Amino acid sequence: MPTLKRTEVLTDVRTHYCPGCGHGIAHRLVAEVIEELGIRERTIAIAPVGCAVLMYDYFNCDMTECAHGRPPAMATGIKRVQPDKIVFTYQGDGDLAAIGTAETIHAANRGENITVIFINNAIYGMTGGQMAPTTLTGMRSTTSQDGRGKHGEGPPLKVCELLRSLDGVCYLERTAVSTPKDVNAAKRAIKKAFQNQIDGKGFSLVEVLSMCPTDWKLSTAQSVDFVNNEMKEAFPLGVYKDKG
Amino acid sequence: MGKKILLKGNEVMCEAAVQAGCRFFAGYPITPQNEVPEYMSKRMPQVDGVFVQAESELAAINMVFGASASGVRCMTSSSSPGISLKQEGISYIAGAELPCLIANVQRGGPGLGNIRASQADYFQAVKGGGHGDYRVIVLAPASVQEIYNLTMNAFDWADYYRNPVMLLGDGISGQMAEPVEIFPYKPIVDLPAKDYILDGCAGRKPRVVKTLVLKPTDGLVTHNEHLQEKYKRIENELSLYEEYQTADADIVIAAYGITARIAKGAVSLARKKGIAVGLIRPITLWPFPSDAFATAAQTTGQILTVEMSHGQFIEDVKLAVNGACPVEFLGKGGGWYPTEELILEKIESMAAATAKGNL
Repeated sequence: MPTLKRTEVLTDVRTHYCPGCGHGIAHRLVAEVIEELGIRERTIAIAPVGCAVLMYDYFNCDMTECAHGRPPAMATGIKRVQPDKIVFTYQGDGDLAAIGTAETIHAANRGENITVIFINNAIYGMTGGQMAPTTLTGMRSTTSQDGRGKHGEGPPLKVCELLRSLDGVCYLERTAVSTPKDVNAAKRAIKKAFQNQIDGKGFSLVEVLSMCPTDWKLSTAQSVDFVNNEMKEAFPLGVYKDKG
Repeated sequence: MGKKILLKGNEVMCEAAVQAGCRFFAGYPITPQNEVPEYMSKRMPQVDGVFVQAESELAAINMVFGASASGVRCMTSSSSPGISLKQEGISYIAGAELPCLIANVQRGGPGLGNIRASQADYFQAVKGGGHGDYRVIVLAPASVQEIYNLTMNAFDWADYYRNPVMLLGDGISGQMAEPVEIFPYKPIVDLPAKDYILDGCAGRKPRVVKTLVLKPTDGLVTHNEHLQEKYKRIENELSLYEEYQTADADIVIAAYGITARIAKGAVSLARKKGIAVGLIRPITLWPFPSDAFATAAQTTGQILTVEMSHGQFIEDVKLAVNGACPVEFLGKGGGWYPTEELILEKIESMAAATAKGNL
């Protein structure tokens, strides 16, 4: 039996995340990867605007938080000035795929040597359950109360599929944190995304399908089922690009 | 005496920035400041600096945010519509107390406006522009030489006060070529250690650069009070202006930037006609040199504000004068600029009205 221990990359602070939220697992995976790669003391992380904005309280490394959607631009500034540092952004669906779409696409296309962790829970969490760019067709939110698609909202935006066409991108993988197997696979993907940066390979993004019981108005168990049954169908898991 | 070279204002600004140690530039093309990203795209690699042509002004200012958090001297530039887009980032950078230089080579507005010179972004530059209670140090060069000097100073003041500095120019001074004396950069203040930068937490506790302040409940109140104390200090320490022939002046012109350059010519024309005219030219628009105007208002008969906008700058002049003497206005936006003769005409009508009143 492996023994469980704290990772030094997370602080000893209780998070503000709701019960059943996927952020805690994703934080832990990123932190474990940073510890295993021995890069904590040269890592600079960028928090988004959204539920994870307070991650600077939880990560035991240099951190910043910037305007909604702008982490890839800020990461560009940091990484270009300090190419020897490890720079990652941690962004939600609204941050990365709505207000920050331009920053995401262009940082990816420039092949910025950064790592992006993209948490897709198909909803705006912090503001209370509004429609996200990744909200599923037919899914209700406080701003798509009849279900997405009834009033011109369009279908969900698929980030890995969108970025796959860009030559500047090195690595794209969509993962989930809804089953132990998925969690292990997500960790492998996150580790690869960081290793790519260490090796100077360029832009790597790992999408993580994640639970939001509070704003989905589901129990924690139902939320896991929702990821496994609904989200994985709309957002198929797998490697979307790997330049190797 | 340093070497003199002939360069456009926009290019001089770039070279001064490079001389002052600026090693990061991010920007986006917009007329009339395109010489800036063009010059920087060639120059930055020569000095092991970074040039990024950003996908937008939003991205450019946030790249600068990241570069500044990394401790490097950095800048972005744009013209009026692009500066509007940068306001989000400027608010964040001011809130996070990071240094950087933002250049606005102003053009006509509102909206897309035109590409002629203008001073219609005065309110935006001096009163905030973005959200929240913050201030940006605003410098208004009146010649290409002054663009060189003030650009260098701007980086020092930005570092010294940990605050964004805006160089508020215009399409005329940006596009105009003049001989400039080039001299080596030397800091004009004792530069503080950058003990806030994010460079990995090796051998120290992790640092956070942020603008969100939720805890304690009144944390943001405290943070704002801290900012206001800093702004008060800047107001006390950094209020720059030029006075020209004001000692015996019956009329004092208030003008800044390229308008002041034209007004200076009008002062000479008026004096040849026997009208005692002087000029007060703010070099810092924030902090505003209120004392200079308050003092002048005690001795001069009236003040004439000249600006390439519809009465923005005049509000600060009037606040400074506080009713102590009449303040007249000459100005238009949309790419209009005053000539020496037009200003003289206004001066003559003011002088005539006063003489009539005295009878």
